[in-house]
Amino acid sequence: MTGAHPGRVVVVGASAAGLAAVETLRRDGYDGSLTLVGAEKHLPYDRPPLSKQVLSGSWPVERTALRGQADLDALDVDLRLGVPAAALSVAARSVTLADGAELAYDGLVLATGVRPRRLVPAGTHGVHVLRDLEDAVALRERLGPGRRLVVVGAGFLGTEVAAAALTLGAAVTVVEPAPVPLAHLVGQQVGAHLARTHRDRGVDLRTGTAVAEIVAADGRVTGVRLADGTRLPADDVLVAIGSTPNTEWLRGSGLRVADGIECDEHCAAAPGVYAAGDVARWPNPLFGTPMRIEHRTNAAEQGMAAARNLLHPGEARPFAPVPYFWSDQYDVKFQAYGVLRGSSQARVVEGDLADGRFLVAYRTGERLTGVLGAGIPPRTLRGWRTAVADRTAWEEALSVP
Amino acid sequence: MRVEVEQPKCVASGQCVLAAPDVFDQDDDGIVEILTDRPAADRHDDVKEAAALCPAAAIRLVSE
Repeated sequence: MTGAHPGRVVVVGASAAGLAAVETLRRDGYDGSLTLVGAEKHLPYDRPPLSKQVLSGSWPVERTALRGQADLDALDVDLRLGVPAAALSVAARSVTLADGAELAYDGLVLATGVRPRRLVPAGTHGVHVLRDLEDAVALRERLGPGRRLVVVGAGFLGTEVAAAALTLGAAVTVVEPAPVPLAHLVGQQVGAHLARTHRDRGVDLRTGTAVAEIVAADGRVTGVRLADGTRLPADDVLVAIGSTPNTEWLRGSGLRVADGIECDEHCAAAPGVYAAGDVARWPNPLFGTPMRIEHRTNAAEQGMAAARNLLHPGEARPFAPVPYFWSDQYDVKFQAYGVLRGSSQARVVEGDLADGRFLVAYRTGERLTGVLGAGIPPRTLRGWRTAVADRTAWEEALSVP
Repeated sequence: MRVEVEQPKCVASGQCVLAAPDVFDQDDDGIVEILTDRPAADRHDDVKEAAALCPAAAIRLVSE
């Protein structure tokens, strides 16, 4: 042990959050042993480009690498890649890996992420999910002129893939049970705008209808059957209906798990045990509500926050970010700050939905709690972010010219 | 320390400007611009934070 520092830190999860944690630990002067465990065999890579640049073919997969081997060597990290974690004992302060290795720790960061929900077990040819590199490569190889893709779920992932597939020349149908796609997240107006955008480009978007069954013959998908009996023929089907936190391995660990690893406002799940990224649920003091955020930027920010609080528990700081996400739909970048879900009002405060350049403000109670922009200058958007971070009253936020 | 950015990788998230507004800016399309490629020593922590927060890993810091 060096001073008050732990002497053995283990980080489980080698994607954006886990990488941010190990880099922050070293940057903040931690010089003890450091182990990074990853279920995937790859060095840490970036996931957002998978449904965008990788799928459209504008990037080779190598370009998604977040760091090279030399960067990780410089961090002096014991890398255990391609080995999922299998069990944790908080009482014994030990992590067990799938290969049987036991890792004792003084400090632990859990960043095991999420996995896609499925409609059918993995293995049916032509049925895809999109989470990791292999998923993106497998789907990209199947898209092109004359191919028929059915996307189940019109969330941000499903709509991004639809846009990329259409640009590759595929015939794309998107099936969504809600009457307006993404309305639960971004409101009716923006949801309807997104639906129009996709329909105008030639996507066959079917809302208010559910997929009853994925139809396959001889182990290969042939289409989907909708709840109303309609059959949609398909060469490939992408299931994009949300994710499940990777927490099964924590059963019996002593941690509280319910839709993610339950943490306090410092991202601590138990003394010396922290969680970060898609898998972490914690009360965000800025909004006074528990959150679990599946956004790329949050993974990095929370990985840093968890690492710092692990190193300096006496000076632990609440993790109180303004969440941020972006989505590329055709040639338009949507960017959002704050919490949009569950807001009571959404109002266009700049531009016009009809011309595709707009800024929408979201209200929860008497506060401005979020903004979403499309084609809005960054400086304008940052001003609104500040207003969200400052807990600005709704009336005041909207009265500023 | 020298700061380098790979503009074709930039996804216009603006996280770097939030972390170190005196070192990074964005053009009208949101693409990163460097205001100073050799920030003063007391700015290094924020610049490292900006590089770490960049969702596209488009910022490189070169030790000199």
